[in-house]
Amino acid sequence: MRKILLRYWKVLSTPSVHYSLAFLTIGGFIAGVIFWGGFNTALEVTNTEKFCISCHEMKDNVFVELQSTIHYSNRSGVRATCPDCHVPHQWTDKIARKMQASKEVWGKIFGTISTREKFEEKRLELAMHEWNRLKANNSLECRNCHSAESMDITRQSPRAVDAHQTFLFTGEKTCIDCHKGIAHHLPNMAGAPGWQ
Amino acid sequence: MMKPINKWLMMACGLIVIGIAGAAWAAEPVATLRGGVAIDRETTPPRITQFEDTDQKRPRNYPEQPPTIPHDIDGYRVDINSNKCLSCHARSRTGESGAPMVSITHFMDREGQFRAAVSPRRYFCLQCHVPQHQTDPLVINDFVDVDTLLLNDARHGKE
Repeated sequence: MRKILLRYWKVLSTPSVHYSLAFLTIGGFIAGVIFWGGFNTALEVTNTEKFCISCHEMKDNVFVELQSTIHYSNRSGVRATCPDCHVPHQWTDKIARKMQASKEVWGKIFGTISTREKFEEKRLELAMHEWNRLKANNSLECRNCHSAESMDITRQSPRAVDAHQTFLFTGEKTCIDCHKGIAHHLPNMAGAPGWQ
Repeated sequence: MMKPINKWLMMACGLIVIGIAGAAWAAEPVATLRGGVAIDRETTPPRITQFEDTDQKRPRNYPEQPPTIPHDIDGYRVDINSNKCLSCHARSRTGESGAPMVSITHFMDREGQFRAAVSPRRYFCLQCHVPQHQTDPLVINDFVDVDTLLLNDARHGKE
């Protein structure tokens, strides 16, 4: 083992014989740009709604439900796409979430939610993952668009004013605590903690 | 097989019935929400108005009236999986939400027993409780509540 490591170290530490320093540095730089650019481009492709609904699991269940909600159709025509709410926007958090998503690839391959019945069966568990994630990051994906600082409560209904003043501005609760099931239908909430 | 005389009698009766119905129809056309537009024509639907969202309790017109909903309920689902109304109006939630609790009658099953949670037959809130829109009523309503009736009677010196 030690011998093998020493041999590799020798190869790596010996100056190059056949290639010039310029070729190695410039070539390395260009290859780096291509690989890094390619990686990020591929990452961004997986971060589009088109990619998400290329699977029937997303297209026939959650995407259909989104379409009648205010996050898809509203008076000003601004809308949220899947990754706006379900993927963190910061790079490191995004990579962490993408690594987690390898579980979702597994699920896709083995058809964990390949039918409506299987999906409904698993729905509470899947929803809990998202609620816990948003609870843990203080509803970060909500706040990417809805900031408490920019919220003009004089333009809200009396009920919303009360709730936001009592719970949101004091930090006692975060968005997802009250706003569950606003973009997709809820799972069977019997036994869901903190619902009733 | 009917006798010919019966057949003629029945046809005559039928014609009379149709005649009366036709006369009634011609005299007073049925008031529909289409508002007199022919059945093969598109009506111009009224504009969709906003929910009244004042959060102010409205007085009931009579004691048994289910209270109306004084807020927006757009997107609030009430189905087998969840009941959005109860996430504020359930007994255990009213402390935090400040919303009125669903009344005790909603916990009663059809044997008159009070259960621990809202009875299934009282689960679908919108069967009785409805939000309001600021709009002209489609049908004129001259309902007068009992207090006003009694007051009017007293003014006119009746018992």
